[in-house]
This record gives sequence, structure tokens and C-alpha cells, in this order.
Amino acid sequence: MRFLLDDEQREFARTLDGMLASAGTPGVVRAWASGDHGPGRALWARLAEAGVFALAVPDEHEGVGMLPVELAVAFGELGRHAVPGPLAETVAAGALLGRLGGDTAHGWLPQLASGKAVVSLCVLSPGGSPYALDADAADALFVVDGDTVRLADSHGPVQPSADPARRQARPLGGVVFAQGPAVTAAAAYAADAAALATAAQALGLGRALLERTVEYVRQRTQFGVAVGSFQAVKHRLADTLIALEFAQPLVYAAALALAADDTAAGREVAAAKLSACEAAYGAARTALQLHGAVGYTEEPDLSLWIRKARPLRTAWGTPAVCRARVLAGGAVW
Amino acid sequence: MDLDFTAAEDAFRAEARDWLAARVPSVPLPSLETAEGFAAHREWEGTLFADRWSVVSWPEQFGGRGCSLLEWLIFEEEYYRAGAPGRVSQNGINLLAPTLFEYGTAEQRARILPSMASGEVIWAQAWSEPEAGSDLASLRSVAVRTVGGWRIGGQKTWSSRAAFADRAFGLFRSDPDADRPHRGLTYLMFPLDADGVTVRPIGRLDGKPAFAEVFLDDVFVPDEDVVGEPGQGWRVAMSTSGNERGLTLRSPGRFTAAADRLASLWHSTTDPGSGGTALGDRVADAVIGARAYQLFTYAHASRIVAGGSIGAESSLNKIFWSELDIALHETALDLLGPCGELSDEATEAPEHGSWAEGYTFSLAGPIYAGTNEIQRDIIAERLLGLPKGRR
Repeated sequence: MRFLLDDEQREFARTLDGMLASAGTPGVVRAWASGDHGPGRALWARLAEAGVFALAVPDEHEGVGMLPVELAVAFGELGRHAVPGPLAETVAAGALLGRLGGDTAHGWLPQLASGKAVVSLCVLSPGGSPYALDADAADALFVVDGDTVRLADSHGPVQPSADPARRQARPLGGVVFAQGPAVTAAAAYAADAAALATAAQALGLGRALLERTVEYVRQRTQFGVAVGSFQAVKHRLADTLIALEFAQPLVYAAALALAADDTAAGREVAAAKLSACEAAYGAARTALQLHGAVGYTEEPDLSLWIRKARPLRTAWGTPAVCRARVLAGGAVW
Repeated sequence: MDLDFTAAEDAFRAEARDWLAARVPSVPLPSLETAEGFAAHREWEGTLFADRWSVVSWPEQFGGRGCSLLEWLIFEEEYYRAGAPGRVSQNGINLLAPTLFEYGTAEQRARILPSMASGEVIWAQAWSEPEAGSDLASLRSVAVRTVGGWRIGGQKTWSSRAAFADRAFGLFRSDPDADRPHRGLTYLMFPLDADGVTVRPIGRLDGKPAFAEVFLDDVFVPDEDVVGEPGQGWRVAMSTSGNERGLTLRSPGRFTAAADRLASLWHSTTDPGSGGTALGDRVADAVIGARAYQLFTYAHASRIVAGGSIGAESSLNKIFWSELDIALHETALDLLGPCGELSDEATEAPEHGSWAEGYTFSLAGPIYAGTNEIQRDIIAERLLGLPKGRR
């Protein structure tokens, strides 16, 4: 057993981190939120060039995947820098089409891997979301409905989210291009892949929130001392770190289980999704509280991170759904 | 990156599992915090030792198997999965032995470790004093130089297992003129039945004498029972607190086994159709927490094997497992409903009182081995880089 990232995976994270740190992502997010997808598409192309989307596309369709561990590494960085767009949905589409194969897969997967196409996907199910994320920015919108999958013709009016960078819309119309148990199985796999990506993204988001908050309480002075010297502040930040640190290995274990197509993968993914998103939401609440009134204002870039945590928590597996999946797995892990 | 075990590791797991299946008592031993239970648990240590299962990670010459860190984790998983007895020798094995491996002399290791491994000598810790709890470095018990050794005096308290143990180890102020409180301390070992030693058992919340006060009146300790250099006691005592001790104090096997039992309890007491209850959520969180702690430990073990070290990150562990342990047991007691209040001594206590006993034990977790408040200060200052402030 060597339950550690290897040098290449670490280097991949560093490369993405460096690229995104200089990409001015807050400006990209604000543009995306206003419906201007240009800067976001440009960043999307650079992420594709760095190999991010190919990780979700099989070899035979000009990808290198599916590589769940590397996806988790990449999505940690995307979350850390609050990159906008249908990121987890693109992974899900790669997983779905990769499993299904056929003409549609042949047509779209290479474009997905190269970043030429931005795609979104939604899985219509009881208790699930009726919306596709960033449908207005997507070149293709896949809709799984029961045991069918179709390519939507269009979408309904854009519904703003609590996170302004997330824009939701109902898929409309379209013709079914695959049907049957294979679709059901591929859709379940796709949903797990999206949940894993969301978990990793949330962890990165949470780490960024923690880092920014630590930085802030070190320099913010009240009563003549840095507020970060107060025990109440320290202990809240310590708890935030604990939650993030213990969610991280769950995310990697889920990635390994998904890579191995393990029968326990769904349970591992649910545990990771729940823990990572709760940790990130906790980090957002901590960031808001410890920044005081500053944290409650929109203008600082911090607000772009804070507002993302809550929607990620319910995307691709609410806490209740995740807990139910963990309990359904039986006593022994 | 992988979570795979080798064929040899799988074989080791199978061997441990088979041995435990054949030897673990079918009815739990009496609580190890009672005289009767202490004796029974001491005997169990001997049974473990006879087949070299008491200290698997120690070198063979001291009664171990020279197991790797991962094999030790495997053994612990199997040990707790089998419902095997609590380890009455744990203070010696987890705290004193790693210190002897690092700072002890060859003579000390040869003299002390085999009888520790067999349960013949059970060790208690003697760190805290009435006025020195979290602020351990302010301790006042003294060690005064004399011919061939030291004479120690003062009072130690909250010493786990000291009511029935044979020997103890702790820190003593040997240089009252040292410029800082944590300097001028010496790490000493002494018999609890020596002249001048008075042990007064203290009942814990459930009344069992789980710990004791130890009064020391001019007790002679020979030089051979000093660990490390005189005056270097703080460094000696703390050296193993971060690295392996942080990892090995409470193995994940305890919690994965308890979480499995909790999930079984939930499945056996809850109508599957009712799903999504608040108790179910807490069971799920406990199961996930145990898995997270197991995986976190695998990652730490991998880092150590790769040549890394742990340090202040062991504070993350300590808070996580101690809070998980309480949550696990609280959830179990709530699932048991009105019967959950029965103490482990009640003849009709569910599952032989194991949840009740475990709950009482878990309540001490956030306090011993450095309170969780102190651990949070360590995390904030050493891992997050926040400024020191008033405690």
C-alpha cells in the first residue's frame, strides 16, 4: 500500500495551481456570472490543453481516461481557484458517453477532451435536480431520463443560483439516442464520477477559504492584537482544518474505488461527497464569520468562494442521499 | 496511489484472525478498571504474549514479530473486529516502550520490555499533578540527586491504571534553577510498591478506580531507572508524542470495529423502510468517520514508510478519534433507547454492557493525552501559523 499521490500527480496539481493563480479567475467568474462566457471559454481551452478534460474521456475517443485519481487532483485545483462552468457535468458526460459508445460518443468525446466543446448534463430522477448547469454556455446538453438519454434541443430560461457563477436551466426537447439497462448503468457511473469531481472541487474550495481566512485573521487587528491570536478564532480554524484533512483521504479512496470499478465505489463516493462538501461548507461559514462584516459583502473576491460552497453541497448527491447510500452498504466497509 | 495489501499482508491478517477467533473469550472479561478485571486482563496479556501477539511491532528479541506499521494496523483491525479485550498494558506499550526504543539503554530494554510484553509488569503513567494538568511543564514533584540515583518526592494524580499497576514512569523536577519550566526535568521509572509510595485509587465517573493519586515521600530511584539524560526529561517524553505515538495511541481498528457494531445495531433495531431518520444520519456519520480515520491513518503510515514524519499533525488525529468515539457511543446508547442507561454492571445491560463501558471510557478521550483545547491551539499555531496568544 502506498496511499499517497505520486510525484507526477503532485506536479500536475502544481502546474494547474500555477496556471490558475495567474489566470485572474475572479474576473472570469464575474464575467461568467453576467452571462459573458468568453473569458471562461478561454480558460476552458487552457484547462483542456493542460489535459484536464481528457482525463474523463477514454483512449479510443482521444482521451486518456477515465482516470479518477487524476481527476480528483485536477478538480481540487479547479475548486481552489473557483473556476466556473459545467465542470463536474463534463466529467459526467465523458463517463456516460464513454460507457455507452456509439456515434454520439464518437462525435462528441474528442471535442470534449480537446476543450472545443463545453457540455452539460442532467440526470432527471426523483429528488434530483431538474436543471442542467450552465446550459446557456454549453455546446451540447445531455439528458438522462429513466433508461433513456437524449441530446436536448434547447433550454428554458436561466435561473440564477445562490452562486452567481452557477446558472441553471431546464433542458427542453431532443431525441433519444440510447435506451435500456446500459443507459441506466452508464448514468449511475456518470453520476458517481460527477459526485467525485464535485467532492474534490469542494475540498479545493474549502482549502482556499481556510487559507484566505488564516491570512486575514493574522493581519486583522482588534483590541490591539491580531484577531488570530484569540482562542475562539483559532479553535474554529483548527476544526475547519480537521474536517478538510479527514475528507481528503475519503476523496482519494473514492477515486481509487471508481478506478477499480469496485462494487463498493458508490458507497465510497457517497462518503467522500458528503464529507468533502460538509467540510467545504463549514469552511465557508468559518470564512464568513471570521471575516466579520467584510465577509458578508459582495465586492471582495472572497464572496465568489463563499457562495459556491452551499450549492456544491446539494449538487450530485445531497447529504441525505449520500448518508442513505452509506447505510445501504451493510455493516462492513 | 493504492490501498492494496500484499499477499504476505493478507496472510498475516488471516493468521491473526484465526488465532483471535480461537482465543478471544466469548463473554467479555470484567472491566479492566476493577481489581478482578485487571487480573483477568493481565492474564489475557500473557495469552497474547505466549503466541507473540502482544507487541507485534516490536523486534522478536523482546517478544514481538518485527511487524511493519501496516501489519500493526492490520493486526489492530482484526483485534478489535474480533471483540478482543482492552489492553491493560497500553500505557507501557504505547508510551514508555517507544521512549525506551528511542532513548533507553540496551540494558533497560532487555530488563523492561519482555516483562511489559507478557503482562508480568504493568505500567502506569505519572505525568499530571494537582496543579499541573494541561500546563504539564509547571510540575512540582522533585528528584534530588543522591548516591547512585535520585530521591523523588511530591504528588502525581489522574494516573491511569495506577490503582492496580506494578510500576510507573513520569517527569520530575531535577533542576529547580533551570531558566524555563520545561528545562531541568528528568524522566524516571519507579515501582508503585516501593518504600515511600502511597497509591490512593480515584473513582472515575462510573465509580470504578480507573486511576489513582500517587504520593511520593523520599522514594529512592536508582540511576538505571533514568530514561535519557537527567535534565532532558521534557525532550525525552515529548519525542515520541508527535510521530508514531500520535498514530499508534488509538488505532483505527478500534473505531472501524465499533462503527461496524453500530451499523449492525442500527440495522437490527430500525425498520429499513423508515430510512432517513436523525439516528440513521448519525450512524452514517459515525461509519464515515471511522472510514475517514482509517484512510487518514493509511496515508500517514504511507508517509512514514516513505521517510516522512508526522509531528504536530498528530493533534488532528487526537481530536478526530476522541470526538468520533463519543459520537459512536452516544449514538449507540440512543439506539438502545431506555435500556441505554443500564451500566455495564447491570446483568441485563445490552451487549454485555460494552456500549455503556465504552461510552464512559470515551468521555475521557478529549481530556487525556493533551486536552482537545490544547490540541486545537497546537493545530492553529503550528499547522496554520496563527500567532501565540493567551490560552
